[in-house]
Amino acid sequence: MEELVKALTIGVTNGLIIGLIAIGYTLVYGILELINFAHADVFMLGTAFTYFATELIVRGLGIPASSTLALFLTLLALPVIMLMTAGINASIERLAYRPLRNAPRLAPLISAIGMSFVLQNVGLLLLGPSQKAVEPVLPRTDLVFFPSGAAWFGIDEIIVLSVTIPLLLALRWFVGSTRQGKAMRATAQDREASGLMGIDVNRTISLTFLIAGGMAGAAGLVVALYYGQTFFQYGLQFGLLSFTAAVLGGIGNLTGATLGGLFVGIVAAMSDRFIEAKWTSVIVFSLLILVLIFRPTGLLAEQQSERA
Amino acid sequence: MDKRKIGTLAAVAALAFAACSGSSGGGGGGSKGEIEIWSSLPRQGSSKAQSDTIVNAINLAIEEKKGVAGGYTVKYSDKDDSTAAAGKWDEATEIKNANDAVADDKLVAYIGTFNSGAAKLSIPILCGKGIPMVSPANTYPGLTKAGKGEADEPDKYYPNGCTRNYFRVVAADDLQGLAGAKWAAKLGAKNVYVLDDTELYGKGIADVFNKEAPGAGLTVLGRDGIDGKATDYKALAEKIKATNPDLVYFGGITQNNAGQLWRDLRDAMPSVKLMGPDGILEQEWIDAAGEAAEGTYITFGGLPADKLTGKGADFVKNYNAKYPNNPPEAYTAYGYEAAGTVLAAIEKAAAANPADTLALRAGVLKAIAETKDYDGALGKWSFNQEGDTSLTAMSGNIVKGGKFQFDSVIE
Repeated sequence: MEELVKALTIGVTNGLIIGLIAIGYTLVYGILELINFAHADVFMLGTAFTYFATELIVRGLGIPASSTLALFLTLLALPVIMLMTAGINASIERLAYRPLRNAPRLAPLISAIGMSFVLQNVGLLLLGPSQKAVEPVLPRTDLVFFPSGAAWFGIDEIIVLSVTIPLLLALRWFVGSTRQGKAMRATAQDREASGLMGIDVNRTISLTFLIAGGMAGAAGLVVALYYGQTFFQYGLQFGLLSFTAAVLGGIGNLTGATLGGLFVGIVAAMSDRFIEAKWTSVIVFSLLILVLIFRPTGLLAEQQSERA
Repeated sequence: MDKRKIGTLAAVAALAFAACSGSSGGGGGGSKGEIEIWSSLPRQGSSKAQSDTIVNAINLAIEEKKGVAGGYTVKYSDKDDSTAAAGKWDEATEIKNANDAVADDKLVAYIGTFNSGAAKLSIPILCGKGIPMVSPANTYPGLTKAGKGEADEPDKYYPNGCTRNYFRVVAADDLQGLAGAKWAAKLGAKNVYVLDDTELYGKGIADVFNKEAPGAGLTVLGRDGIDGKATDYKALAEKIKATNPDLVYFGGITQNNAGQLWRDLRDAMPSVKLMGPDGILEQEWIDAAGEAAEGTYITFGGLPADKLTGKGADFVKNYNAKYPNNPPEAYTAYGYEAAGTVLAAIEKAAAANPADTLALRAGVLKAIAETKDYDGALGKWSFNQEGDTSLTAMSGNIVKGGKFQFDSVIE
């Protein structure tokens, strides 16, 4: 039982991180019907920025990695990193997608793949070809124990959850309850009509990319600290999982992306723990196929009859 | 949105980005014309640090001969079997290198590969044309030895009865896996858990470790393969922790996420001993694993560069003088030895005055196979009938303060 709960905890933590990245795919798809292949690479840059931030704090300023101050300063860097990735994501939209907005649908898709390669190579330039260890600023102290005395979860999991969950809730609130969020939903439903209603469509789309990029940056920080590494191919590794999560949850649906992330995270953790690690991707993708056979639109598909 | 179209497009884009290789030549001049030596190594991705030093060592071996062997001018081409996108060796690229080699009549020897999985693909292609191949780093036993890997190995690599063309200057993993098991027992481990990265090399060496463990007095608690592209191994580490091992052995390479694996194993089990083979014996791995690498035990099918004596010590001195910014890695001296063996064989074959480069190539193949008591950087050694070196000294290394430190010779 304890083993099950422990594996579930790992799955939920990983799943929320995947969900945070998946949100970005879903937000952009919802509004533009574009799969932003570069999204996971923006996330990868988020892990790289976190790496440089911790290097600056620990090596540049000489603050010991294990100190609370180092952790505090790193978490203080979160909004800065989110702003940077948000800016990058919005610039990508401005440079690579907006000029192609009225082109056939495959054209922006190709420019998205192109941007993904560009960002990967930027990551390669910044980080070099191999995984880089991030300074261990996130304490690994175990806090909560099972009755048997085995560790259940620690400060690191609590910090991860206290970054991811509020962000996911805040996004839900923003899209569901604010004026700007309403504009985003309207633009998603019918770009032309919302333009006629006085919504600045370009601004709304830019805002969507800003938010998606910010979420990717936050996920980047969490991954760099929690997994302790950064790597220029993180975009591929995490991108595949989070894109799967977005499709699984019903692409375009915010709650769906989070649920999809949790599903992927939990299934992967259970498979690693109780079946065999080398079968994990087989199991995750087989389940994806099964879900899509019976619910082709994903678990929580939006009612979007007007969409192809 | 049509998913199939997305897939095709992604594949096309990936192909377009697959990078090609550069080359560098040797100088000097010989009277009998020009011949070529190629190497095929992963020149991009995290093996680059290691392959840079091997290429330097090959260049050094050729320069010491002033670019001439047996009266022929030796032109060396440094081929790449990796892609930037993969960050490690790539099947299609290695096959292309081998096919290009077959089409080149001036080519007399092919130095490579670095990864055993890549050698598996190029040996049969080169064997058909009788192109000798000398690897500085392949350690998968089944490439040369029967009964150590799959049932049809090694014959399937030498199809249609072609003459065995593959040689390696490094000891194979049946010896290294055994050395690992013996060392683990010597360190006081009783219960071990065995992991591999499901690739030819990693699974091969983990299989040997697994098989030899009971003989060395170890109990194997479990055996798992990891997915090198997974994002984390936390749940797997929990699974291993539940079996309560003294030591975890991982057969695999840095490029299959060994850094992340180490981190998650260390987080779950702070006091367990961790051991790996030469696939993670590179600075890139320590950079990836960070603190988690400390105290790891790593076996190597030979001696580290700074433990070499005689000609080996001279090589290290000359190498450091010429390439002060690329200090020798585990396989640097083996690259030098592979090139030295090839050059010695060319000199021997050229003495028989072959009619053309194809006849010379056949002579070189025969001369390499007959290499006996070669006095090189690694000591005095011979190739046996299977193409394996007679050297069997293994070393154990420990990570201390973010560096590999030689610990002991494992007999």
